[in-house]
Amino acid sequence: MTLEIRLSHQFPGFRLEVELTAPPGLTCLFGSSGSGKTTVINAVAGLLKPDRADILLDGQPIHQLPPHKRGIGYVFQDARLFPHLTVLGNLTYAARIRRRAPKDLDRTVALLGIGALLDRRPGALSGGERQRVAIGRALLSEPRLILMDEPLAALDEARKAEILPHIETLRDVLGLPILYVSHALPEVARLATTIAVLDAGRLVAQGPAARLLSDPETASLLGLADAGAILSARIAAQEADGLTRVETGAGPLWLPRLTGAPGDPVRLRIAAQDVMLATDRPVGLSALNILSARILSLRPADATGMLVQLDLAGQPLLARVTQRSAQALGLTPGREVFAIVKSVAMARDGESAPEARG
Amino acid sequence: MLAALTPEELTVLGLSLKVSLWATLASLPLGLLAAYALARWRFPGHGLLNGLVHLPLILPPVVTGYLLLLAFGRQGWIGAPLWDWFGVTFAFRWTGAALAAAVMAFPLMVRAIRLAIEAVDPKLEQAAATLGAARPVVFLTVTLPLILPGIIAGAVLAFAKAMGEFGATITFVANIPGQTQTLPTAIYSFLQVPGGEAAAWRLVLISVAVALLALALSEWLSRRVAARIAGR
Repeated sequence: MTLEIRLSHQFPGFRLEVELTAPPGLTCLFGSSGSGKTTVINAVAGLLKPDRADILLDGQPIHQLPPHKRGIGYVFQDARLFPHLTVLGNLTYAARIRRRAPKDLDRTVALLGIGALLDRRPGALSGGERQRVAIGRALLSEPRLILMDEPLAALDEARKAEILPHIETLRDVLGLPILYVSHALPEVARLATTIAVLDAGRLVAQGPAARLLSDPETASLLGLADAGAILSARIAAQEADGLTRVETGAGPLWLPRLTGAPGDPVRLRIAAQDVMLATDRPVGLSALNILSARILSLRPADATGMLVQLDLAGQPLLARVTQRSAQALGLTPGREVFAIVKSVAMARDGESAPEARG
Repeated sequence: MLAALTPEELTVLGLSLKVSLWATLASLPLGLLAAYALARWRFPGHGLLNGLVHLPLILPPVVTGYLLLLAFGRQGWIGAPLWDWFGVTFAFRWTGAALAAAVMAFPLMVRAIRLAIEAVDPKLEQAAATLGAARPVVFLTVTLPLILPGIIAGAVLAFAKAMGEFGATITFVANIPGQTQTLPTAIYSFLQVPGGEAAAWRLVLISVAVALLALALSEWLSRRVAARIAGR
């Protein structure tokens, strides 16, 4: 299923004008607060009536339907569990009002790990538990589309780590479009398959996550400090010294032990500022992770810095260097260089994004 | 305990309870609707409805009673058609006492329920809508359970007000023993005759007992309901 959104709405002071396609997988609507993200997601849910809207789900218009007929599962930032119902009562709410037996209740409960909570009241749950129940409740309404409005924003890091793997599982298992609103780049980098960047009511970039995160032009829109690339790789071997060798296609990376068998896919996020460049393969260096790459382009990032876009055997990588070094090393597009990776963040199913310093 | 009462006292007590109970129960649906409209809907005439609902609270009860008499008396502009077409009349009947009590208690009931509705987070109702619930279903499955303590509080308040209603009742349906004589009007009657103090005192004690009982019952009810919906 695919979600297509075309809408415009005049707010006092700014105009929202968005044309967006969300394929199956997780589409992240990224932008600062006030950029119009929540308006878009609420318009899709039918909780807000924009001046003009065309919202198609698999080619079928849904914008003329009231919210309860749109077949959406909405996970709110504040969970919004019904306080007068138990966890089980919340999970089966959608089925009960349709006078049906809940479909896939056991599977959903197991998937989210909330089996022990079923008899509890929302007031007795932690923030993370509440959010998992809210996700379960949305899934059990048999939606054709899932909306998530900053579901992790109210949670601390530990709770985020508790929820993230579940959202990844949904993304990979359900085959439904998930529209996910966020302004937290680490979340976006880890979860998104597609990214749409919203700024002051307008879409300023839209495309596959891997491309947008590594394109210097869009990287600056996403927040320069966090510019970086997503690298798909596979676990190659568990080494005797406790490190895990990961094969990227452009050379091996050694990371602190990851759970997983050889052949398992991993998503690595490498921030631009954690990549150094060398024109010759460095010797006598403590860094383990050196990859050969080719420069695609150089762009000024700020007063003193440059963003260098690299090709890593077909995959993008970003490096941040000073203009002074770029000049001194003679970095130009097409040149072969070596990328020294100082730090890699993990983004993988069932793993809570440890920082791996090599 | 009831055996200690004289037949006349039992009649007065029974009539008072009947009048108050009917006044409360019959006005509850309308009170709920008015409270919901005032809390949630914006419409022309919102202020007018608000004023109308609160009018019995501000007007002298005698005025309210007299207006009821004008409207619902046998010759009244509502009372006459009711009598001609349906043979129904409120004048000088216990039903009239119930109507007077209901009108007088209405503002208190609406106020309590309205506060409860305003305390319900509309975001919860939105969440229910996204889960497939149409408006009426949202009301029945989310709003209503959450405002139940407010409804109980409003009903108890209305019942207490109805038990004590005097001015509008005596103006509208007079003070006929066995027909329209409630606890307050009976106490008033006894106080009008020399040597009636002792009988009045017995009714005063009955009134106090009923009030305490009603209060205890409502406390118990709302504590149970509150525990059930507190989300713990």
